[in-house]
Amino acid sequence: MARSNPEARNFLKGIAFLSPWLIGFLVFMLLPIGLSLYYSLCDYSILKPPVWCGVDNYRLLFHDSLFWQVMRNTFYYAGLSLPLGLVATLGAALLLNRRVPGQSIFRTIIFLPSLVPFVASALVWMWIYNQKLGLLNAVIRIFYVPLNALLRLLHLHQHSPIQPPWIVDANWIIPALVLMSIWGMGNQVVIYLAGLQDVPRELYEAADLDGANAFHRMWHVTLPMISPVIFFNLVTTMIWVLQVYDVPFIMSAGTGGPNHASYLMTMYLYDNGFFYLKMGYASAIAWIQLMIILAMTGLAFWTSRNWVHYQGK
Amino acid sequence: MMRWISKRSAPGVVATYAALLIICAIAIVPFLWMISTSLKSDEHVSDYPPQWIPIPTVLSNYKTAIRTSGVDFPLWYRNTLIIASLSVIGTTISSAIAAYGFAKIRFRGRGLLFGLMLATMMIPFPTIMIPQFNIFEWLGTHTGTRWIGTFRPLWFPWWFGSAFNIFLLRQFFLTIPDELSEAARIDGCTEWGIFWRIIVPLSRSALIVVALFTFMFVWRDFLAPRVYLQHPAQYTLTLGLQAFQAQNGNTPWNLLMAASVMVIAPLIVLFFLAQKTFIEGIATTGLKG
Repeated sequence: MARSNPEARNFLKGIAFLSPWLIGFLVFMLLPIGLSLYYSLCDYSILKPPVWCGVDNYRLLFHDSLFWQVMRNTFYYAGLSLPLGLVATLGAALLLNRRVPGQSIFRTIIFLPSLVPFVASALVWMWIYNQKLGLLNAVIRIFYVPLNALLRLLHLHQHSPIQPPWIVDANWIIPALVLMSIWGMGNQVVIYLAGLQDVPRELYEAADLDGANAFHRMWHVTLPMISPVIFFNLVTTMIWVLQVYDVPFIMSAGTGGPNHASYLMTMYLYDNGFFYLKMGYASAIAWIQLMIILAMTGLAFWTSRNWVHYQGK
Repeated sequence: MMRWISKRSAPGVVATYAALLIICAIAIVPFLWMISTSLKSDEHVSDYPPQWIPIPTVLSNYKTAIRTSGVDFPLWYRNTLIIASLSVIGTTISSAIAAYGFAKIRFRGRGLLFGLMLATMMIPFPTIMIPQFNIFEWLGTHTGTRWIGTFRPLWFPWWFGSAFNIFLLRQFFLTIPDELSEAARIDGCTEWGIFWRIIVPLSRSALIVVALFTFMFVWRDFLAPRVYLQHPAQYTLTLGLQAFQAQNGNTPWNLLMAASVMVIAPLIVLFFLAQKTFIEGIATTGLKG
């Protein structure tokens, strides 16, 4: 065989090794994304071939009050669980980073909930959230007096403060979903911990010499040093909370109830596509969801230049 | 570090402990409550205020939950294991091959393709699930093999690498010095030979991480099986658990909790068997991201 140009040979070798992924990417990723966009511009029920209809699906969605409710629900859920989740998991990681006896046992326990399939954890939490017999309301009853004061402050006191209805009430189900989702965020804690362990000790010693207190150490050393990890958790969690499906599905028995209060974007997309067989309409929802996720991720990357500090690696 | 620790006051340590105990209690109590409920008799399930120790202890709840009418957990275990194993084998091999291309072969366009691959990690499954369903249906009518209503659409795509796994393996392959592969190349080893005989044996730990993560992911998955599987005889564990719930209208809780324990327990056991690998794997994804 004649010796060919090494660059061309390397190119062929490289493409050969990438080919499993490249084929999969084209067939199971790029083609579906393109088809999804095409369907979203078509009148398409699975029974008949798609017929081009321009932006009709999007126009219909714009006038679909249930769709707006679904969007509100999704942003309400995401807007609560993302910041609360990021802060709660960071707080847990900071505690777990302190060298105390039993540290590894604490770390293991915190991680366990993230192993549980969402279908199973949703069932367990439905039982915990049970209004009359649930564990949570039994615990709340113990702390009734201070809690009642808090609920009054939040103007929630009209909803039977001793026994919040949790998942059977339209006002309570999203907070209930958020609380449960934070319980399952052990992954993020582990990622934060890895970041915290990489912060050079000399920086703390230098800060101590400058007379820094605990707040200074946190604000000027810890947070900037782990900002890449915060960013990673922010982006991955954000993408995730905008497409949650399993838990609201289980907790509302597939209805998105009560009163459509837990009807989230992926559920609405699934029901339109596979239940009502409105594939075009469902694909328009899918594209709106994709655009929201891409826009939010883009925004996160764009702002990251101002607050994410990479060590000179 | 030690100096910094020793400076901390005793009340500080106590406060740390108190906070740790509270968050760990929140993490573990749902598990304990699930197990406790799963062992309660029908009369005592609804005791209020809640009782932690199930008296009498009804182990037979598990037997009842495993097989009642319309419920067949042994079959659902089998289905889940088949899908998970095929996915794990496929993605471990194909992702390793692709990762080698990204890590060890220099060629024009590699950076661009790598960026493209990373970007695909942002694409949510709901975006592509309807067209993917149609693609498999098309395959079914044009190849003479059934796809929809079989396990195939659930494991087949894993045989084309997955972006997350490729990324993880590529990061690991980069840490293997190039001198090893150069020496082998001088000895006349082919590129495939270098991959298979040098890189793969050195990467056992990373390959195990990929296999574990994929196994867990498939075991926990609910949406994709719901899209592709219609017949109860084909259900995975998560679908079966949901069907069990729907069939009984959320009661009896002791049986539902027993069923949940059965779905969760293998994952917990697997985690404890491979705890270190697991935690290191997750830490890697965040740090190198």
